[in-house]
Amino acid sequence: MSHSMKTLAIASSLAAALTAHFAAPAAAQENEKCFGVSLAGQNDCAAGPGTTCAGTSKVDYQGNAWKMVPAGTCTTMELPDGRMGSLEALDRDLPQG
Amino acid sequence: MSQGDFRAALLDPDLPVPAGITDPEGRPAPRRFNVYRNNVTVSLTEALRQAFPVVRALVGEDFFTAMARVHLRAHPPRSPLLMLYGEDMPAFLEAFEPVRHLGYLPDVARLELALRRSYHAADADPVRPEALQSLPPERFLASRIAFAPAARLLRSRWPVATIWAANTRGGPQPRAAVAEDVLITRAGYDPEPALLPAGAGPFIAALMNGENLSEALEKAPEFDLTATLGILISGGAITGIS
Repeated sequence: MSHSMKTLAIASSLAAALTAHFAAPAAAQENEKCFGVSLAGQNDCAAGPGTTCAGTSKVDYQGNAWKMVPAGTCTTMELPDGRMGSLEALDRDLPQG
Repeated sequence: MSQGDFRAALLDPDLPVPAGITDPEGRPAPRRFNVYRNNVTVSLTEALRQAFPVVRALVGEDFFTAMARVHLRAHPPRSPLLMLYGEDMPAFLEAFEPVRHLGYLPDVARLELALRRSYHAADADPVRPEALQSLPPERFLASRIAFAPAARLLRSRWPVATIWAANTRGGPQPRAAVAEDVLITRAGYDPEPALLPAGAGPFIAALMNGENLSEALEKAPEFDLTATLGILISGGAITGIS
């Protein structure tokens, strides 16, 4: 590929890629850790062996287990029996024993 | 008893209890040692199960557990960082006779290892897309790219990304044994393996090797540059342009 061809290719590709990037809804960064909202065994944090805790919560809405949720929705989402999500660990709904 | 004897006996149930392992009365305590030995085996098996969920799905739970036992005795952890245990698994799978017919299995393990290393890699701030926008094409072409520590390239002659997605997110089964190149990026907390457009592997490899964009383009005659740049940008893989 000649130099001018490459310049042209890189200019148009970069422009197109950036256009697509700005058009896409922002994703990963805009999540937050939300405690007390995940169903049993469906909490997040897949850190691999030695550190893992993903999927280890024992009860529904366990207060010290968290899940990633869209930012701004943690404390406003609807949960059964008047529970609220929290940005910090809670001491409700902990597994017995 | 040396530490070496103790360690060897932990991993080989045919070896006798090391001398000096005694109960409170000073008698040899083989049952106590067996409890310890069993816990080592079970916890390392569990570490491998968690480390390679897709390999496990492909060969089945029972087979994986039996294979993990063989593996952990041949390749005990070399580092106290259990989160990175399993680095010998790809080479082990290449040589392990019962899975020799599953040619793709070692690369699936490589992908799972790379995802885990990406998860534990240092944070880095990506270049803001706005900064790329204002870069003259001539300068961009002459630039070298600094990659985020979490960025990982895996080039495979197997459809490794498709196999991974089929076994983790219900994606379609691979239809042909085509080669696939995967770029792992970590824009947020979790690594994401992106299937690169066909032919883009040599381009990314050259960039990671420190070649500038112009040189890297020479390495890959024809590929979808727009989609490739899109993966780099949306994955936050570019942390510097120089």
